Amino acid sequence: MTARNTQARRGAPVSEARVIPLHPDASGGRTRWRLGKPGVAPVQPPAPEPEPEPVAAEPDPAAWEGALEAALTFARRRFEGDYAVDEFGFDADLTDNLLLPALRPLYQKWFRVETIGMHHVPDVGGALVVANHSGTLPLDGLMTAVALHDDHPAQRHLRTLGADLLFKLPGFGALARKQGSTLACNPDAERLMRSGELVGVWPEGFKGIGKPFRDRYKLQRFGRGGFVSAALRTGVPIIPCSIVGAEEIYPKIGEIKALARLFGAPYFPITPLFPHLGPLGLVPLPSKWYIEFGEPIRTDALDPADAEDPMTVFNLTDQVRETIQHTLYRLLSQRRNAFLG
Amino acid sequence: MTPSVVLVTGVSRFLGGHLAARLAANPDIDRVLGVDTVPPPRDLLRRMGRAEFVRADIRNPLIAKVISHASVDTVVHASLSANPGSSGGRTAMKEMNVIGTMQLLAACQKADTVKRVVLKSTSAVYGSSPRDPALFDETMVPKDLPSGGYAKDAVEIEGYLRGFARRRPDVAVTVLRFANFIGPRIDTVFTRYFALPVVPTVLGYDARVQLLHEEDALAVLERAASHEIPGTFNVAADGVLLLSQAIRRAGRVAVPLPSAAVGPVSRIFRSARLVDFSPEQMRLLNFGRVVDNTRLRTQFGFTPRWTTMQAFDDYVRGRALRPVVSAEQIESVERGVLSLARTLR
Repeated sequence: MTARNTQARRGAPVSEARVIPLHPDASGGRTRWRLGKPGVAPVQPPAPEPEPEPVAAEPDPAAWEGALEAALTFARRRFEGDYAVDEFGFDADLTDNLLLPALRPLYQKWFRVETIGMHHVPDVGGALVVANHSGTLPLDGLMTAVALHDDHPAQRHLRTLGADLLFKLPGFGALARKQGSTLACNPDAERLMRSGELVGVWPEGFKGIGKPFRDRYKLQRFGRGGFVSAALRTGVPIIPCSIVGAEEIYPKIGEIKALARLFGAPYFPITPLFPHLGPLGLVPLPSKWYIEFGEPIRTDALDPADAEDPMTVFNLTDQVRETIQHTLYRLLSQRRNAFLG
Repeated sequence: MTPSVVLVTGVSRFLGGHLAARLAANPDIDRVLGVDTVPPPRDLLRRMGRAEFVRADIRNPLIAKVISHASVDTVVHASLSANPGSSGGRTAMKEMNVIGTMQLLAACQKADTVKRVVLKSTSAVYGSSPRDPALFDETMVPKDLPSGGYAKDAVEIEGYLRGFARRRPDVAVTVLRFANFIGPRIDTVFTRYFALPVVPTVLGYDARVQLLHEEDALAVLERAASHEIPGTFNVAADGVLLLSQAIRRAGRVAVPLPSAAVGPVSRIFRSARLVDFSPEQMRLLNFGRVVDNTRLRTQFGFTPRWTTMQAFDDYVRGRALRPVVSAEQIESVERGVLSLARTLR
C-alpha cells in the first residue's frame, strides 16, 4: 500500500523540471538556469562581477586591515585552543574559517558548481541528503558541503557519513571529523538527525565512487537501506541529491588490483593523468558541476516501527534511487559538454 | 535506603580515600571501613575522620572475615587501578584488579548482609577504534575488544560482577563506567601527560577526549553508595576537547610523532617514570572515545557540574601549569603584526 502511494508521488517531480533563478542579476532581469534553454552558447555564467568579491580584490585599506585582524584573532583562538568541538569532533570554527574557504576556489572557479532546488533543503531541523557517489576521490561530498553552506540561505553545515576506511587513515580521518564527518552507522546518523542536523550520505559507497568511467552516472546498489531506516526512525525528510560533473574529474579507466591490495585500499585507480604523471595526476579535470536537490520525501507520516519492515525500507530506498537516477539522466540530457556545461 | 556499614576498597588512593571521607561525614551511615594494602597518606587519613582503615589485601580470603564480622551491607569496589607504575608493574596490577575482584565478590556472595555492590569501572571497556560509532551508550559492545591491560581487566571484572549478580539476585549491583579523570588534585596518567612541557602526540591523529572532574567522580560514587540505583552507567562530563586543543589550552607544545616512533618514545617515558602509557591508552590517543551520559542524568539522577572543558581548565589552573608561550606573548605578537601592517599601508 505504501509502495503504491509513493509510486504515485514520485511521478510528479521527475517529469517537471523546476527551474529556479540562481543569480539575481544586476541587469534587472534574472539569469535563468541555462541547461534547458536551446541556443545559448555554453560559456561561462555571464556576470561574475556583481557578486561580492572577498576583500583581497579591493585595495581598500580598512577592509584589508579588518580581514587581517580577523585572521589574527582566528589564529590566536586556534593557538589558545579557545573553540568548541562537538561530540562527533566537528570543529565549526575551523570549518568556517579555514576548510570551507580553502574549498571555495575549487567550488566557484574550478568546477563552477551550480545548485538547483536549494529550497527543498529545510532551513532548520534534521534532514537526510542522499546523493550519488562518483569521482574516484570523494570531492562530491566536499562540494555538496560547500554548496549547502554557501548557497543555502541558512548556511547549513552538512554532516557527512563516511566509511570506516576514512577514519583509519592518518591525517584524513582526523580532518574529516573536524569537517563534520562521522562514521556511517545508524547510531551516529540517528543521533545527528535527532539533534536537528543536516546529514549527508552516499549509499553507493565504494561501489559508486570507484566504478569505472564507462559506468558513469549508472547508480550502483544502494547498500542495505540503512539510511532509510535511520530516517524512518527519526522521522526526518529524505532529500534526493543528484550530482552531475563529479564523474569526469578523475575518469577511472583502469585499476591496479595488486597495488590496491598492497595499500589495503578498495581500488587503485588509473586515470588519464594518474599515476604516470605523479602528483600532477591528482589535479581534478575541470568539469562543470550541477548539484540538484530534489523534492523531499517525507517520512514523518510513516510509523517509526516501519524501520523494521524490510518491504517499506526497500521501497523507499528504491524510490530515492530512482529519483536520483532520473534526475541524473535529465541533467545529462540537458548538458552539452562535460567541461563547459 | 541509606546503608549502615560501608566497605570501600582502594582507600589509600585518591578516589577511594576521599569517598571514605565523604561517607564518614554522613551521620546516617554507622560505619565506614576502608580497605587497602598500604595505609593512606597521612593527610588523606586525617580527612577520612571516623572511617576505619583496615589493612588487608582483597586477594586474601581474610577479606571475607572483615565483611562478615562488620556486617557490611554496601561494598564500593573502587580499587581498580589503571596505573601499573603505582601498583608495581603490569602483572601485579592485573593480579590486583582481576584476582582481587574475584576474591572480593566471592566474599560478598558468602555474606548475607551485603545488599549493594558498586563497581568503579571504566569507559575503556568500549575500546577505541575507527570502526566505532562516535558515542557509546551502555548497551553497545566494542567492535575490537580491548586486547590487554586495564581495559581488558575491566571487561573481565564486569563479567565476574554480572555472574555475581545472577547468583545473588537480591543484591543491587551498580557498574559505573568512568571517563578519564581530571582535576587539580587527582594523579592519573592523563594529569601527568598534560603536565609535560612538550607533549608527544601521534602524527595524523587527533583524538576526541572526554573527561570527568574528580569532584563529579566522587559525587557519583557517593550517590551510588548511599542510594540504591542498580544498573550500568556511563559517567562522563558533557562535551569533548580535541587532544590538540587540550594541549593548547594547557599552554603546552604538542610534538606529533610518526606512529613508528611512538613505541620507542613511550618506552623512554616509561623508564624515565614520566608517563606510563599502555597500548590501549595509546589507541585512545589515536581515536578517542566519547560516551553518552544520558542514562546518568535520567536514571541515575546526576548531572556533572563541570563540562570537559571546564574540568580541564580547572586542572590547568589548579596545577598552576605555566604556559610555554604565554597569552601576553601571543597578544604582543598580534599587536606587532597589526601595527606593522598599518605602517606598511
